[in-house]
Amino acid sequence: MKLLVAVKRVVDHRIRVEPTADGSGVETEGLKTAMNPFDENALEEALRLKEAGVASEIVAVSIGTDAVHDVLRHALAMGADRVIHARHDAALEQRGVARVLREVALREAAQIVLLGKQAIDDDAGQTGQMLAAVLGWPQASFVSELTVADGRARVVREVEGGTEVRSLQLPAVLTADLRLNTPRFVRLPNLMQARKKPIETLDVAALGLDLAPRQRTLRVVEPPARKAGVRVKSIAELVDRLKNEAGVL
Amino acid sequence: MKALVLAEHDGQHIKISTRQAIRAARALAAEVDVLLFGADLTAVAAAAQALEGVSRVRLAEAAHLAFVSAEDAAAVIAALAPGYTAIVAAHGSFARDILPRAAGLLDAGMLSDVLEILPGNDYVRPIYAGNLQATVHNEEPIQILTVRGSRFEPVADGGAASVERLALPAADTRVEHIALRQADSDGPDLSSARIVVSGGRSLGSQEQFAALLEPLASTLGAALGATRAAVDAGYAPNEIQVGQTGIIVAPDCYIAIGVSGAAQHTAGMKDSKVVVAINQDPDAPIFDVADYGLVADLFTAVPELTAALRPQP
Ligand SMILES: Cc1cc2nc3c(=O)[nH]c(=O)nc-3n(C[C@H](O)[C@H](O)[C@H](O)COP(=O)(O)OP(=O)(O)OC[C@H]3O[C@@H](n4cnc5c(N)ncnc54)[C@H](O)[C@@H]3O)c2cc1C
Ligand SMILES: Nc1ncnc2c1ncn2[C@@H]1O[C@H](COP(=O)(O)O)[C@@H](O)[C@H]1O
Repeated sequence: MKLLVAVKRVVDHRIRVEPTADGSGVETEGLKTAMNPFDENALEEALRLKEAGVASEIVAVSIGTDAVHDVLRHALAMGADRVIHARHDAALEQRGVARVLREVALREAAQIVLLGKQAIDDDAGQTGQMLAAVLGWPQASFVSELTVADGRARVVREVEGGTEVRSLQLPAVLTADLRLNTPRFVRLPNLMQARKKPIETLDVAALGLDLAPRQRTLRVVEPPARKAGVRVKSIAELVDRLKNEAGVL
Repeated sequence: MKALVLAEHDGQHIKISTRQAIRAARALAAEVDVLLFGADLTAVAAAAQALEGVSRVRLAEAAHLAFVSAEDAAAVIAALAPGYTAIVAAHGSFARDILPRAAGLLDAGMLSDVLEILPGNDYVRPIYAGNLQATVHNEEPIQILTVRGSRFEPVADGGAASVERLALPAADTRVEHIALRQADSDGPDLSSARIVVSGGRSLGSQEQFAALLEPLASTLGAALGATRAAVDAGYAPNEIQVGQTGIIVAPDCYIAIGVSGAAQHTAGMKDSKVVVAINQDPDAPIFDVADYGLVADLFTAVPELTAALRPQP
């Protein structure tokens, strides 16, 4: 059984980004990037399924410019068998990403496509569910536990107020939550070896899909800062201020 | 201009976040319909009919919808979509699962966690864990969005909508709902609580998390929240994680105890009216978003606070 994992290149989560000088977008030039954290969980889970003898091949795919090579190398270093760079130089919306991933999933005859539950740059959290729709496959979003057997995936999903347990027939699309696992640490020798492995390229333009953006970012700003607060010296002062100044108690 | 709101309910009441989504939908369309899924909608249909500003309540009622799957719900929504210019829901795990799938079936893009609706299909939404806000213009012929409830005034009762039962496609038998494990909490619901007491990794253990924070929360009638670090360490259940990847709250008062204030956490609580932080590190970033900050060891400060707030005999 082949598994496909979609991995996105994002600005490292520790970096505080700023708007561009003209306020038309986000300044990402020269910032440290990484694989989207949730995608690392997705890939880790796929690798564990292979190690458990459930999956036979793990393929990672990333859509974007040549800059995505670094996350694909990271995927190889983690243990992916093959990686695909779906080359597309322009910005893509979730709708477009899902369309491209659909083509890759079908070509690869993947039985499970794993994605992150959301990308930490645009925080959309849509792609996996859209992909499931365009493939016509069952889906499980926000997965925190996974077992695969007898052509079905049994998942625990994190939902408001608790967790849902559900079972779905494969092929299916799953999106990973952070608690699915702890991704393995990538060691330097593995990274060095990954440098020598091939990256397959898929020209997205040749797929003939309608990927034209339908959303336009007009401006990006820092949200209004909260007004400076005060330091209180004691619990007594805190309680007094909450009661008599803020009026929230 | 007509909008459809995907509603959430507990079989009796319409959730407050749905009332907020209806307010948002009314910014997009003069006419708003509400869509309910469930196995027995008798009681909640009546509640929905009374919602202010709703024209029609549409019922997707069938035994297999006792638990609503994204597969079934998205198919129903996509079939209804041609009658609407907008589809709106509150940004929670229910709609975040269903609406993107419906958008996918319609080959439409959508917008998540909308904070503000501007004229001309422009929207303000958070990006990068709320560190930035983008204004986005959406050219789609159908506007599909989830909205941040706390940014919209919930609609009250006072309406008299008509009710219509929908003919439904068969259940998607490839998926099987096995169980919903719900935490039994006697406190108020985290997403709508007036006061939230939130704890971090520094509580040190599940026992101490409970022993210190529960008495404070119950004294205040507050809901408990937690950081991801506290949840990952097993001190608190996942459903009370506040932040970018957890629940977004906006109570009147948010009390952060031993919470460092990482952007991923503050993304989920920055809209709170009053923020209180207790942390022993005077440079902790949580103080940047706190209205009242106390530099103290939580293990002495929290019992003292609980005692000070307890009604005097
Ligand atoms: C993709 C991604 C998504 C994430 N999503 C979320 C999310 O949704 N929600 C979330 O919360 N986090 C999230 N995180 C994690 C986030 O980045 C932080 O690591 C986390 O919020 C830190 O939790 P904490 O404040 O409990 O722990 P720490 O950062 O370890 O902070 C502990 C704090 O307690 C203080 N302290 C220690 N002892 C005491 C004492 N005795 N008395 C008083 N104060 C004390 C310390 O000074 C410190 O400030 C996410 C991270 C990533 C990468
Ligand atoms: N350009 C991309 N290349 C590969 N995978 C992507 C890309 N964009 C999004 N994804 C996948 O879709 C998930 C959800 O992204 P989003 O819907 O944008 O929040 C991510 O965690 C990735 O797994």
